[in-house]
Parts: sequence; structure tokens; C-alpha cells
Amino acid sequence: MNAVPTKRNELWRYSDLQAVAAVWPLPAPEHIIVPAGGEFSRAIVQDAADNEVAIQTIDLVIGKDARAVFDILNYGGSFGRIAIRAVLHENAHFRLNTVQLGRARQTLEIVCTIIHAELGATSRQTVRTVLTDKATGTYLGKIQVMKAAQKTDASQSSKALLLSRLATVNTKPELEIHADDVKCAHGATVGELDKNALFYLQTRGLDEAEAKSLLTRAFVMSVIDDVQDSVVRDNMIAHTDMWLDKVAL
Amino acid sequence: MLNIHNLHVAINDTPILKGLTLAINAGEVHAIMGPNGAGKSTLSYALAGRDGYDVTEGSVTYNGHNLLAMKPHERATTGIFLGFQYPVEIPGVSNVNFLRTAMNAMRKRRGEAELSGGEFLKLVKTKSAALGMDYEMLKRPVNVGFSGGEKKRNEMVQMAMINPTLAILDETDSGLDIDALRVVAQGINALRAPDKAILLITHYQRLLDYVVPDYIHVLADGRIVKTGDKSLAHELERDGYAGIAA
Ligand SMILES: Nc1ncnc2c1ncn2[C@@H]1O[C@H](COP(=O)(O)OP(=O)(O)O)[C@@H](O)[C@H]1O
Ligand SMILES: [Mg+2]
Repeated sequence: MNAVPTKRNELWRYSDLQAVAAVWPLPAPEHIIVPAGGEFSRAIVQDAADNEVAIQTIDLVIGKDARAVFDILNYGGSFGRIAIRAVLHENAHFRLNTVQLGRARQTLEIVCTIIHAELGATSRQTVRTVLTDKATGTYLGKIQVMKAAQKTDASQSSKALLLSRLATVNTKPELEIHADDVKCAHGATVGELDKNALFYLQTRGLDEAEAKSLLTRAFVMSVIDDVQDSVVRDNMIAHTDMWLDKVAL
Repeated sequence: MLNIHNLHVAINDTPILKGLTLAINAGEVHAIMGPNGAGKSTLSYALAGRDGYDVTEGSVTYNGHNLLAMKPHERATTGIFLGFQYPVEIPGVSNVNFLRTAMNAMRKRRGEAELSGGEFLKLVKTKSAALGMDYEMLKRPVNVGFSGGEKKRNEMVQMAMINPTLAILDETDSGLDIDALRVVAQGINALRAPDKAILLITHYQRLLDYVVPDYIHVLADGRIVKTGDKSLAHELERDGYAGIAA
């Protein structure tokens, strides 16, 4: 097995490397192949216990005209990392809906590498990260468009909400494009709760914590509303509400 | 009900209100008029407890309690409603969810039973219909994409639902066409009751043709410089603020 990664490795740059070392070597990645024309969906709720290190690695191949959807809630463990590498064949579609909720001294990260290998594939990534206390949240989204992958349509949207001045967010979109007829859009924002909205809610009778909780929930719901499977969606909502009850806003 | 005595309020150390005194009894409707920048919104925010509006001198009591010691949500829970000059947009939170959450939070704190989904729905449908607000609009996020007039109507729906004891309405009439103004006035008049009071903040006398106040005060440079009955509004309309404040 190879050596424990260091800060110099881009894909591990913001990780809790002490935590990584403790569980190294990692098990082999999970391999998923979605055959041509196939449909695949996976819901991941990463809710490991507070002191656990939870690292999941997925290697995905999406065949011609096939679709794969990942709905992820990453919020457990002292270090919680979900890394996905996906290769998209002709007209394949990849969708990632992710919510990260970090508190205390947690480090949470989503590392997603999408390789558009052939003509006409599409990828959509939406990541919403909420951080409080001294938590760290990272989203590394790399998109590689190969020479043959004309008409690629790739988008990434990352928004982070900081509920504490001591929390840290890292967002890094990375594009490596070898074809000329492609659409790649990415947007990243980091913000705090809107003070005007907080005051408005308080004048209507919500205390500060209730007002913050309502606005934070709304921020996260913008992703969860997009989750197609209602069982998965309700489960993500239930976990989010548990988290909101647990953190001191 | 509300007793404001020698109130001084500063924003970022700049004095805005400079010794404002005003007493409002149950059953009364007071109007505060004044030029832009006089401090009208500052008064409304200070009464609602907004951060950054520092009371440097004076006192405010509400039914005998020190209002200034209360947090914004406590002021709301005790019966004070602020209608915003610029109602805030809240993406991702529907009007109905917002209203129900707010009303039940206050009911819980007052030791009252929470409204069930059915009770709430019935009430909100009645109140919004009376104010000409399409119920479908209330399923949308709070004030997002609402026109200026719709936002003000929405404030009135919230007020009707919350049924406050003291309503402070900051330029609820501005930006309304005449039909919307009538509807809003109707909403305000519906709240009038012997055990309630209303403080109307307005820039124009137009609203006061529909909601006739018991007293009119002129606010200029952080103080009330003149108090009169409803005829003062027409005087102001004719002579402007400059003559009065001088
Ligand atoms: N956030 C602020 N920071 C500094 N000055 C402010 C702020 N808000 C209002 N002011 C000033 O306070 C004064 C009164 O404003 P405001 O209460 O909004 O007046 P009105 O509602 O009567 O038009 C104005 O001179 C305005 O420029
Ligand atoms: Mg104003």
C-alpha cells in the first residue's frame, strides 16, 4: 500500500492528516459500474460517532446513456470524507446533491473528480456546507474534460454558510479542459446568515436560536428539495433537524 | 400602554433620536409624521429592539414593564408588532411555514395551546382573503418576488394573524396604489379596539384619510416638535414640514 498522504497532495490538502494516518492504509475503493443505458442512485448519510474517522472512496464508471445520482449528507465523525471519482462515457449523466453539516472541531470533506471521457456527457454538482464552532468543511471539485468529450456540459455550485467566525471553509473548483466545445460553469459563495432576515424573524416572535435554525434549515433545504426519492429526502431532513437541535445556535 | 420618555437613540455613536417623549393609551391611534431622515424608522426599530440602535438615555415602558430590557422576540410575544417599511425577503422559507412557526413559538412561550395545522390553515385563508392576498402566494418564500404593494399587504396578513396589542406600522402606506391603500387601511381599522393601540408612521396624510388617528405628532430632527388632532395632517399637507419644525 502507498504512503500516508501529505499536505502536498492536492486531494488531501485540507484533510485531518492525523486522523487519516490513524486509519491508513484505507480499504480499496468501492467500484461501481453503471452499464450503458442504466440508472443508478445512491444515498449516503455519513453519521459516524463523534470520535470516529469515516472515509469512503468510490470509483464510478457511468456507461453510455447511463445516469448516476448521489444524494449525500456528510455530518458524522471527527473526520468525515467522501471521495468520488467518476468517469463519464458518451451522453452519460452524473448528479451530486450534497449537504455537509459541521460542528465542534470536525473536519468534513467532499472530494469529487469527474472525468468527461466521451461526447455529450453532463454533470451537475450542488454542495451546501454549514459550519459552526471550529469546524472545517471542504469541497474539492475537479472536472477533467478529455479531447473526445465535445459537447460536455458540467456545472458545480458550492455555497457555504458560516455560523461561527472560527469555522473554516475550503472550496476549490478545478477545471482541466482538453476539448473546445464545452460548457463548464462553477460558482462558489461563502456567507453568513442575513442579519435583516434574523431581525425580521425575531420581530415575529422567534428567539435568536429559532430564527437561526429556520434560516439554516432553508439554506440546506435548497439541496434536499432536489432529492428525488422521498424516503431519502425525508431521512435527510430528519438528520438535518437532529443536527439543528444538537448545535447551539 | 406605551410610555416613551426622553428617548435618545444613537446609531454608530451618531445621535438620531434626541429626547423623544410620547405616551400612547389603550384604544388610541397615533400618527407620527415627519420629513425623510427625521428618525421615524429609527424609532420603530428602537421600539422593536434592533441591534445597533443604542438607547443612550431615556426610558420606554410597555404596560408597566421596561421594554428596553426585553429581547426582540420577547417584545413580539408580549404583543408588539412592527410593520416594516421595507419587509425582508427570506428565500427558502414559505410564508405559511414562517407564520405558523412564529405564531406557535409565541403561543408556547405564553403558555397557550399551539395551533393545529387545520386551525392555522382556516385562519390564514380567512385573513388573507379579507386582505386580498391570494393564498397561493403565501405558499411561496417570504416576500421573495413580491411587488412593493404585495409586501405591504403581506405585512397586514401577518398582523391580522398575530393579532398584536400594539402595532407600530412604519410607512405601511408608501408605494401603494389607491386600491391597495384602501385594503391596508381596512386591515389597520380591523385591529382598532379599546384594548389595543396603533402607532402609524407615515410620510403622507393620504393614509390618515382612511385610518383617522386620535393624535398626530410631527417628528423632526429626533424630537416630537408638534402634536395635534387629525386636522394637523391637512395643515402639514398645505404648509409642509419646514414651517412646523421651524
Ligand atoms: N444604519 C445607519 N447608520 C447610520 N445612520 C443611519 C442608519 N440608519 C439611519 N441612519 C440615519 O438616521 C437618520 C434617521 O433615519 P430614519 O430613522 O430612517 O429616518 P426616517 O424613517 O424618518 O426617514 C437619517 O439621517 C439616516 O441617515
Ligand atoms: Mg423610514
